[in-house]
Formats: sequence, structure tokens, C-alpha cells
Amino acid sequence: MVLLMFSNSLPSAPRSFSLDKMATPAVPASAPPATPSEAPAAASSPASASAPAPAPASASAPAPSPAPAPAPSPAPASSSDPAAAAATTAAPGQTPASAPAPAQTPAQSLSGPALPGPFPGGRVVRLHPVILASIVDSYERRNEGAARVIGTLLGTVDKHSVEVTNCFSVPHNESEDEVAVDMEFAKNMYELHKKVSPNELILGWYATGHDITEHSVLIHEYYSREAPNPIHLTVDTSLQNGRMSIKAYVSTLMGVPGRTMGVMFTPLTVKYTYYDTERIGVDLIMKTCFSPNRVIGLSSDLQQVGGASARIQDALSTVLQYAEDVLSGKVSADNTVGRFLMSLVNQVPKIVPEDFETMLNSNINDLLMVTYLANLTQSQIALNEKLVNL
Amino acid sequence: MASRKEGTGSSAASSSSTTGAAGKGKGKGGSGDSAVKQVQIDGLVVLKIIKHYQEEGQGTEVVQGVLLGLVVEDRLEITNCFPFPQHTEDDADFDEVQYQMEMMRSLRHVNIDHLHVGWYQSTYYGSFVTRALLDSQFSYQHAIEESVVLIYDPIKTAQGSLSLKAYRLTPKLMEVCKEKDFSPEALKKGNITFEHMFEEVPIVIKNSHLINVLMWELEKKSAVADKHELLSLASSNHLGKTLQLLMDRVDEMRNTSKQQQQKHQYQQRRQQENMQRQSRGEPPLPEEDLSKLFKPHQPPARMDSLLIAGQINTYCQNIKEFTAQNLGKLFMAQALQEYNN
Repeated sequence: MVLLMFSNSLPSAPRSFSLDKMATPAVPASAPPATPSEAPAAASSPASASAPAPAPASASAPAPSPAPAPAPSPAPASSSDPAAAAATTAAPGQTPASAPAPAQTPAQSLSGPALPGPFPGGRVVRLHPVILASIVDSYERRNEGAARVIGTLLGTVDKHSVEVTNCFSVPHNESEDEVAVDMEFAKNMYELHKKVSPNELILGWYATGHDITEHSVLIHEYYSREAPNPIHLTVDTSLQNGRMSIKAYVSTLMGVPGRTMGVMFTPLTVKYTYYDTERIGVDLIMKTCFSPNRVIGLSSDLQQVGGASARIQDALSTVLQYAEDVLSGKVSADNTVGRFLMSLVNQVPKIVPEDFETMLNSNINDLLMVTYLANLTQSQIALNEKLVNL
Repeated sequence: MASRKEGTGSSAASSSSTTGAAGKGKGKGGSGDSAVKQVQIDGLVVLKIIKHYQEEGQGTEVVQGVLLGLVVEDRLEITNCFPFPQHTEDDADFDEVQYQMEMMRSLRHVNIDHLHVGWYQSTYYGSFVTRALLDSQFSYQHAIEESVVLIYDPIKTAQGSLSLKAYRLTPKLMEVCKEKDFSPEALKKGNITFEHMFEEVPIVIKNSHLINVLMWELEKKSAVADKHELLSLASSNHLGKTLQLLMDRVDEMRNTSKQQQQKHQYQQRRQQENMQRQSRGEPPLPEEDLSKLFKPHQPPARMDSLLIAGQINTYCQNIKEFTAQNLGKLFMAQALQEYNN
């Protein structure tokens, strides 16, 4: 197993793994302060999570720079605390200047000349559910003593968004001060995957756990060699706040230009896309949430029709409830909803009863005839068997 | 492929965190001799199969892949899978076995079960009973006794509900295949009819707790599905295609009729030519011995006709299921209309 060892202890360590194309080699020095500025944001409410985002190009840029100063001296493991204190004082200073929606960040945070190109495809990451299931499964199968798992994300890029369609986990070792990632394994797996789906590119990487640590920055830098401006996805399997939060980030440079630049992870919007068949599969799998031992069987013919009609019934009862609320005055009437309701009621076609009878009967006759023919064919081949076997 | 016992031991240890021993499956399987009474699939496998077909399969091409998992008592648990590339292009430097070996070795590094327990294949409108499938499944089942083939029907799934079936060869058919003797006598001796070629094994889907949590998350965040394909009344397209396939198969089964047609056509052409020549005053062409041109048709190979019969049976089953659903939907539409009036 070929390992790539990252040593995080010295600020001057960049020489050991910096690449020619990285113009500013000071990444690790500001790695500890970069992550604490994200860590308190991630732990606090989502509203302030976007607060550090507009920081890079906004007028409050000098504010984070005092933070890197005390950080390099203490050991990285404990640097999070003093830097976190500094970052939280910086954060309120940034909130007046911060835009509430991350949608405003495209104009501001793409300032780093060293990172190869702006983030392709806007600010939206589209995930397929198979990725999340894969990540959770590899988390469940992690080695003893490993706190989290990492892996590569594959997918496609287009003009408006990035679509992640596949992933695989990569073995790695993590300890207090170093991280080892099996590069060769990652390359091999990517080659194998390419044979099946040649259109998929490496888009970034994922990690379980609810935080971005210093090691994440290093791993992210490794991945930025494989893909232009990689995405980092975190899936919180430790269920902090009682939810499994799924977040995506892209890294941007921050800091005063000309001095040592820091790296920060900017959040992206995550959307879930499904193929039609995937949607149906997910709906089915979701049913295991309701059964006692998490087991469900596949249903058959009329059961399926029954299930679908039950769903429509639920939807209808919600709509009826809303209508009754409006009538009794509990909820104020909304014209757009009213128009939708009108079109809904009008969708049941008004057909002359005789015409409908004819249509219905002819359809039923067709189906019955086909059933009869199918049965006839089956009995014929059964007879054929008997005759041949004589 | 690792031997079964060794594989089971190692993978049982590694997968203890996922598929716990909770919920012993109810065995409703086929014949009593069969080793597997139920197939338990992880939700992840279902999603992967769906994704593989969606991205790589178009039209009538089948996509295939390998299933990984382990065997617990009489239950086959499938915990992961990986797709097989389609070997249409550059066959020369592509080694399937090597791909498989490398994949399994890599997956072992990340603690994924590496015991080969079967394979999956997509199907077009339900046509999967072919010689190729039989051979593949036989070689799998010969090496690993509990292996199954999962047939995924994407078109039926797109119509509203997941269509995934697990099949195994019956022990009787296994015997015949082992002898490699497909002559009619051997088949008669084995008393094999088309209904006893494949046995279907019931499938259940099981998820771990963490995946359940994930499902709750997704449910909260995703929009409600706006397509209710299952309740659509438009059925003629699907029905038409299935019937067409059925007719083709039936024709194949009675392919002597095709040859007769060809004989007639040939005779007619001959007669026409002769008449033309007579009108031009040339000597007529000699009457050729028809039996030399069209060799006497050999009785179709027994195994092939058995396979075709099995396929016809599958089509008929599908048709009946489909019509049952549609009848239900039509009656619902009728009720709606009556209420409206």
C-alpha cells in the first residue's frame, strides 16, 4: 500500500508536499485557523454558517488575519481553541457585512488566483441518493478505531450544476498529527470505475463526521491535484443535533493578498436529484422505516395499485383539510392554491355517460381478451410438453 | 472465487455491524431441496442496480453486474454489488476476469463482503430465458451453491413499482446441465418441464438503522414525487410490445411453418419464371428437386424449445399481471365517473 504521509506539525512544512502549480505554499500554516473559523460556524445555527462565506473579498477581510497570528505557535491539536475564540470575535464583526444567502457568494469568494479556476457549474451540487447510501454503508464497515471514512466522489459537471453520481471509499489512517491516504488504491478504483462509466470524472471527496478538521484541508489539497476545484461533502453519521446533516463545501482562499493565504471552506447548496426509477426505488426502500424489523417484501399486482391509491388518498385528504380550514376561516385563502384546486377538480373529464360506458367496456374487453389468450397460450405449451414427452 | 466456507467465515465477521441477525426470514421458497429459501437485499444494492441501468443501459442492451454478500442459514444476504462493463468496444485488451479480481481485491480493503454470491441482469420486457443466462447461472450455481440471478426489469419499474426477481436453477436442471447432455432422452428422464426450469426465490429488502435515518432525512428534504405512473391508464403501448414479443416466440416455436411458406414462395417464383420463358419461346427450366433446396427440417433441439416455452410462460405471466392491474384501474375510473354524474 503506497501511503502519502502528511505531516501537519510545522508551519514551514509546506516545502515537503507543495506542488509547483501552487503559487502560495503557505497553506498548512493557515490551515489550523481556517478550520476553526468553520468549526464554530458548523456547530452553531445554519444562519451564521454563511457568515464566514463572504469574508474573503468583503471589507472585513483584515478581520480574520489577526486569527492566524497566534495559531502557528501552539500545537495544531490545541490550536483550535484559542483560534476559535479569535474567530468567534471576528464572526460578529463579519455578520453585518455578510449576505444571508450563500447565493450571493459567487461574486465575492472566487478571489484566489492560486486555485485553478472558479468553481465550475454554479453553486449547486446535485446528489443522487445512491451516493449517500454508499457513504453510510462504508461508514458502517469502517475499521476498528477509525473515527471516520473518506472516499472519492465521481460524477459529471455541466454549466449550471455539478452532479455527483457515484462514489467509492478509500482506506486511510488518521491520527493526531498525521494523515495517510492510499493514493494508489484511489487511482486503481477510479480506473476500474472508468471502464464501466467512462463519463464520470473525479469531482471531489467525502468524509463522514460533522466537522472539518485540519486533516481535511490536507486531503482536500491532495484531491485538488486530481480535479479542478474539488468538492468536499460531509455526512454527519454521528447524528449531532439529532439529524444527519449533509453538507457540501468548496475551498476558497482567504486572507490578505500578498501575505500567507488561508483556505476556507465555503458551503454550497445541496439538492437531491433522482432518476424516475430511482425515485420509485427510494420510495420502496423508505418503507423499511416503518416495519418492526426493518424488513419489507416486494408487493404484487393489485397491492401496488392499492398502495398508490392510498397515497393519492392521503394527498387528497391534506387538500381537503386545507379547504376546510380556509372555509372556517382558520387559514387565509391563497389565490394561487385556489387556482390549482380548480384545475385539479376540472381534471376529472366530463364525458357523456354512454360514451364513457363504451370506452370502458371496450377497454375491459381488450384486457379480458388478452388475458384469455395468455391463458390459452400457457395451456397450449403445457400440452405441447406432454405430447413431446410421450 | 474463494471457497464458500472460508468466504463465509471472513465476511460474516466483517459484516456483523450491518445486517444484524434480527428478523429471521420466513422461508416460502420453492422445492424443499433447494439451499436458499429467501433472498435478503440491502437497499444500497437496489439503488446501485437502478443507477447502473439508468446510466449505461439503453434500449435492448442488457447490463450486468456481480452481487456480493454472504449466506446465513437458509437466507442469502446480498450486501453490495458492482457493475460489469459492457464488452462491446475494444474486446482485445479487456480481461473480464482480471477486472473482477481487481475489483474484489479492492473492495476487500474497505471491508466490503467479497464473497461472490450471484449476478444481476437487466431485461427488456421480461425476455431473459436464454441459453446464455442458463449457462451463466449454471456455472455460478455449480461453483457456489447458493447463488442467484437477479432480474431487474427497468420498464416495469418505470411504470410504478420496483420489479426485481431472483431466480435459481432447479436441482433437476442442475443435474442435466452437469451431464452436459441436452438430448431429448436425458431431458425426458429428468422429467423436466418448462415450469421446473427456474425457481423464483422470494425477496425482502432490509436496511440498517443508519440507512433508515438517512431515508428520513431524504424524505424531509426531497420534493414529493410528482409522477404517479402506477395509476396511469395508458396501457396499450406496453401491452402491444409484450404481445409482439410473445408472437415472435410462438413463431419461433413453430418454425416449420416459416419454412413451408418459403417453399411456397419459391414454387410460385419458379412458375412465374417458367411462364415468362414459355412466352419467349425458351425451354422451361428444369423442375428442381425442392427437397434438395430445402433440407428436411430437423426437429428443433429439445433444450431450445424448452427455453422458448419457459420464455412464453414468463411473458404470459407478465401479461396477466399487467391486465389485472389495469382492470383494477379501469374500475376505479368508472367509480370516479359515476360519482361525477
